[in-house]
Amino acid sequence: MLLSIEGVSRAFGGVRAVEDVTFAVGAGEVHGLIGPNGAGKTTLLNLVSGLLRPTAGRILVGGARADGLASHRVAALGVTRTFQNIRLFPHLSALENVLVGEHLRRDAPLWRRMLCLPAAAREERGARERALALLAQVRLEDRAQEQAGNLSYGEQRRVEIARALGAEPRVLLLDEPTAGMNPAEVDSVASLIRAVARLGHSVLLVEHNVPLVMKVCDRITVLNFGRVIAGGAPGDVARDQAVVDAYLGTRR
Amino acid sequence: MENLADLWLTYQTAVAFIGVNALLALSVYATLCCGQLSLANAGFMAIGGYAGALLTLHTQLPFALVLAAAAALPALVAVPLGLPVLRLRGVFLAIATIGWGEVVRLALVNWDYTNGALGLVAIPQRAGPGIIFLCLALALFVFWRLRGGRTGYALEAIREDEPAARTLGIDTTAHKLAMFVLGAALAGLAGGLEAHLTFMVAPSGYGFARVVDMLVQAVVGGVAHFGGPVLGAAFLTLLPEGLREVSHLTGMEPGPLRLLANGLVLLAVILFLPNGLVSLPGRLRAWRDERRAARALVD
Repeated sequence: MLLSIEGVSRAFGGVRAVEDVTFAVGAGEVHGLIGPNGAGKTTLLNLVSGLLRPTAGRILVGGARADGLASHRVAALGVTRTFQNIRLFPHLSALENVLVGEHLRRDAPLWRRMLCLPAAAREERGARERALALLAQVRLEDRAQEQAGNLSYGEQRRVEIARALGAEPRVLLLDEPTAGMNPAEVDSVASLIRAVARLGHSVLLVEHNVPLVMKVCDRITVLNFGRVIAGGAPGDVARDQAVVDAYLGTRR
Repeated sequence: MENLADLWLTYQTAVAFIGVNALLALSVYATLCCGQLSLANAGFMAIGGYAGALLTLHTQLPFALVLAAAAALPALVAVPLGLPVLRLRGVFLAIATIGWGEVVRLALVNWDYTNGALGLVAIPQRAGPGIIFLCLALALFVFWRLRGGRTGYALEAIREDEPAARTLGIDTTAHKLAMFVLGAALAGLAGGLEAHLTFMVAPSGYGFARVVDMLVQAVVGGVAHFGGPVLGAAFLTLLPEGLREVSHLTGMEPGPLRLLANGLVLLAVILFLPNGLVSLPGRLRAWRDERRAARALVD
């Protein structure tokens, strides 16, 4: 398994936001993470991406311990993410945002650029072409030079996905990627997620749009009050009584 | 021809000071461009100035090596200082680094070996506009090459949103520390140059007011581009020259007049040109286009 979450807990004071969560995501798998508001989905993503440290449990990326590492080291293990409240670099252009995303993949030493060597210029052209290709993948190639802060909500979300893909992550964490998007944009994100998985990347998808989750995910884990209440293939999860109760409430 | 030579003789000191001040403004810009407001640079400048002065007075080292030492010593000091203080954000970093500047100044005041508050005098004049602008050109080259490359984008990302930058694999601590060290080296270099331009170093020259001068010059010039601090330094260094006439006419003391003018310029820039003088051509162009568009609409 590419990403293993083993008995992970996180408490904020007395609040147990995530408790004893265990599941794993394989290579090329799209794994959905759903649950009612406040179930601990975003906290779990923050734990995986190194923004928070778990109070108990282990997180493994490709067999290496990722819990307790600073978030730039987690990224170096091959985990990048998008944010629920979009966090682009607003004064940089869409293209430059994606170029920042390529930071880990680029290996041009600074001295080479300082000496104006042609190898540095070649590397830069390559990075720029890859960034444009990523923007084309999210259908934003014609907006490449626009300041990220001026883009529409849906466009910003797609730039953020392209930026996260810039590092060629092994695991891509998406936190509500379709929030605020129109149906056409949602469809394009759905096909993008499938395309990313076909390339062998794993995707961990937090999403409230249940039809989308049912459509694109290979497996689903359902959280409620920080605990896993169900897991498995989309069809099984949809019929699970605990999931139905969590979403609709129980009859009194 | 003779007039030109006279003009040069009159103004070469002013030109030299533009170069020194530009280096200092750039040293503040180095940390500002990745979002860190560090005011430690008067302290680093003092270390560079004193190191340069002592080396020239007590050894036979060539001037180039003296300058290299004046830049290297504060850079070395910046590493152990930067590691803890760069964990602070915003105004807390500013306060901690102001503290550092005062520590250096007070240490120099109480250090008998360097004559305490009187400082060192009779330093041979080795620096002129030539060497100063060579150093400035070198610094500008470094900033020019940084911009638009992998490291340059990483710095901009840190300025915009540090945690987000970290989730993309950017080691923000290392980048911030590197720019802190670069700023220290530039401030030290400027300190070394100034010591060999004015024949003397004294603790009073490296107080809080000095680092505020650097910051004001950087902000007035604009910190969105490395050209801004140079422009700001040139403008605010030349301003007193123009004010001399004003002080003749009005009978105001030149000293207070300079402070008044600096304050007014800073206020005007912050209110009307938040991106500094360097953004003026772009703003004028935008304004002209707007007027043209409005007129076309009326016609």
